[in-house]
Amino acid sequence: MYKHKDFISTKELTLDEIDFILTSAEAFLEIGKREIKKVPTLKGRTVVNLFFENSTRTRTSFEIAGKRLGADVINISGSTSSAVKGETLLDTVRNIEAMSADIITVRDSHSGSVKFLADNVEASIINAGDGQNEHPTQAMLDLLTIKQHKKDLNGLNVSIIGDIEHSRVARSNIHLMKKFGMNIKVFGPPTVIPKNVEVLGVTVAHNIIDAVKDADVIIVLRIQRERMGKLLIPSNREYCQIFSITPEIMKNAKNDVMILHPGPINRGIEISSVVADSNRSFILDQVEAGVAVRMAMLSILAFNRSGEL
Amino acid sequence: MKNILLTNCKIVNHNSTTEGDILIAGDKIKDILPIGSLSPSIEDLEIIDCSNLLVLPGLIDMHVHMREPGHEYKEDLRSAAEAAVAGGVTSALCMANTSPCVDNSFIASYIHNKSLADGLIDIFPYGTVTKGMKGDELTEMGDILNAGSVGFSEDGYTIMNAEVMRRALEYVKYFNSFIAVHAIDVNLQGTGSMNEGETSTMNGLKGIPSESESVIVARDIQLARLTGSRVHICHISAKESVELVRFGKEQGIMVTAEVTPHHFSLTDKMCMDYNTNYKMSPPLREQKDIDSIIEALNDGTIDCIATDHAPHQADEKFVEFASAPVGIIGLQTMIPLTIKLIDEGKFTWESFARTASYNPANIIGKTDRGEIARGKKADITIIDPNDKYVFNESVNKSKSVNSPYFNKELKGRAVKTIKNGKIVFEV
Repeated sequence: MYKHKDFISTKELTLDEIDFILTSAEAFLEIGKREIKKVPTLKGRTVVNLFFENSTRTRTSFEIAGKRLGADVINISGSTSSAVKGETLLDTVRNIEAMSADIITVRDSHSGSVKFLADNVEASIINAGDGQNEHPTQAMLDLLTIKQHKKDLNGLNVSIIGDIEHSRVARSNIHLMKKFGMNIKVFGPPTVIPKNVEVLGVTVAHNIIDAVKDADVIIVLRIQRERMGKLLIPSNREYCQIFSITPEIMKNAKNDVMILHPGPINRGIEISSVVADSNRSFILDQVEAGVAVRMAMLSILAFNRSGEL
Repeated sequence: MKNILLTNCKIVNHNSTTEGDILIAGDKIKDILPIGSLSPSIEDLEIIDCSNLLVLPGLIDMHVHMREPGHEYKEDLRSAAEAAVAGGVTSALCMANTSPCVDNSFIASYIHNKSLADGLIDIFPYGTVTKGMKGDELTEMGDILNAGSVGFSEDGYTIMNAEVMRRALEYVKYFNSFIAVHAIDVNLQGTGSMNEGETSTMNGLKGIPSESESVIVARDIQLARLTGSRVHICHISAKESVELVRFGKEQGIMVTAEVTPHHFSLTDKMCMDYNTNYKMSPPLREQKDIDSIIEALNDGTIDCIATDHAPHQADEKFVEFASAPVGIIGLQTMIPLTIKLIDEGKFTWESFARTASYNPANIIGKTDRGEIARGKKADITIIDPNDKYVFNESVNKSKSVNSPYFNKELKGRAVKTIKNGKIVFEV
């Protein structure tokens, strides 16, 4: 069971809650494979996707999830919102809420901002990414993808490679995966490994071979130079030489390793095309799982609002 | 004017604790006498019994944002003065980042004269170091000092150009004044909004390393040596900075430092849940920093306790953490937070009198105050260290309520504040 109004973080999730969400998502995954994909679960409900940062994949995924559940889905992006006129984030959300939105998915560039909204509005809030803090539906879909292909989640070796410091995907995944006793290694240029990273319960790999060699799952993060400024990585070329997942490096990996990437991928920078398109890559499975996880979260929160289940 | 006799006093000065009666005549302390030695019938006396209370020299706060002119909706000179006397503060330095800022003698005299007319406390405005706080051209420091200022500061900003800082220190030396530094390297600070450490790694807020402070502290101590001038480090927050100030003093360099009560009371762990009342500049640090600061307050490395009273309206703080303005109101929480240290055995009353009155008086060159002694100004703070109360709407005198202590129970406060021989506040 998952009894909360909002879905903000993976930090406080219990194993029962995770299991409940994944089981529900698996059912939706099955529905997604049918010819008629629509179910009336959220008929008459309004879902608003409020994105103050650019997103194609996550927003589309939430939109498809809402529409398949029969909800009325409205998308508002940063440039069309009142934020450009100086309205505060909370006022924007309260106005949307006043139009009887049931569930609002929010992506915003400030860490903690989505929790702040959730604490101060009645509508159910789903965190679609808050600054460099968390992206909990991404972590859940990563876990669902892994669960589809690995018999047992417990004790898996997971390596996360790339810009850890600025990655909400990394934080949400680390919080979530630690609950299954997974051994998590992180790797990337020292400029993007947070100070005191050990408080997250992870170790730091010494080099790319160390990072991939015993891994059951490798999560490759997108190099977001737009978020990083020019100071943290000298060039894409050098990043590729030292930190990239190439066929050569993959020779050191387990045969059954899973390669995940939250997308969109920079081919030839953090991951080579050959690896991204190989049978070890589950990047498109993740996208599919994403719709199912978001359908699960939307329907669970909608049920919690009406008290049915 | 009636003379006042404070009787049965436990008088706490920077270097002594004595018992006696304090006779106030006009705006001066006329005498300190053995308890009960003066017959009330002799003079026309108002007698105030101070049994079970502590009598300290009026507190002097080196760091207050009063927001007038420019942001009177947050605070004004009158409301700041009311909060000050309720917090036992009888003299305060008003930070220069008003709007317009204190970069000329007109604004300085406006602020200073208004406080003289109000009569609650003496307000000495800081002048800005550079015109418009732009960090390039020096202000007319002599003129600003004549208008009632006692020092210079660009609080909120750091003068990042070391050459400008050097010339400012050289120039201010002519007037035997000083520059109070908000030490943060703006590039190292970047867009951070809390201390960089375990908590920021956990909650994803961008961090500000301690070294963003200590590198500027190191630079300005070196510039104080170069120029032979005086530099005062505002609201010190990091262990590394404390060690540099200690080194500077050992070398005979003229460096002084202040710390806020929140920086010796709270750690960055409070920021975990994004409560903006814990967002400060410099940010709250870690327990090791607090331990270092308390040691330095005791051994004299840190000279003053100053509040950095920074009023903001509730709606301004009620936003996502990174967008919130920095700082908290502090005038009325200095006494209870310091008493907490004293109760825990980490600090003494005499050290409180030294750091919150005697040392500030000397740094700003106002030696007519800062201790309870014959002939000094009758600025006196009478404290009940055991009074328990809730710091709520009716206790708070500021126009703003941005404090993590608001609506919480506190212990100890000023129950009577005397300014220039007049009672300006009583509970």
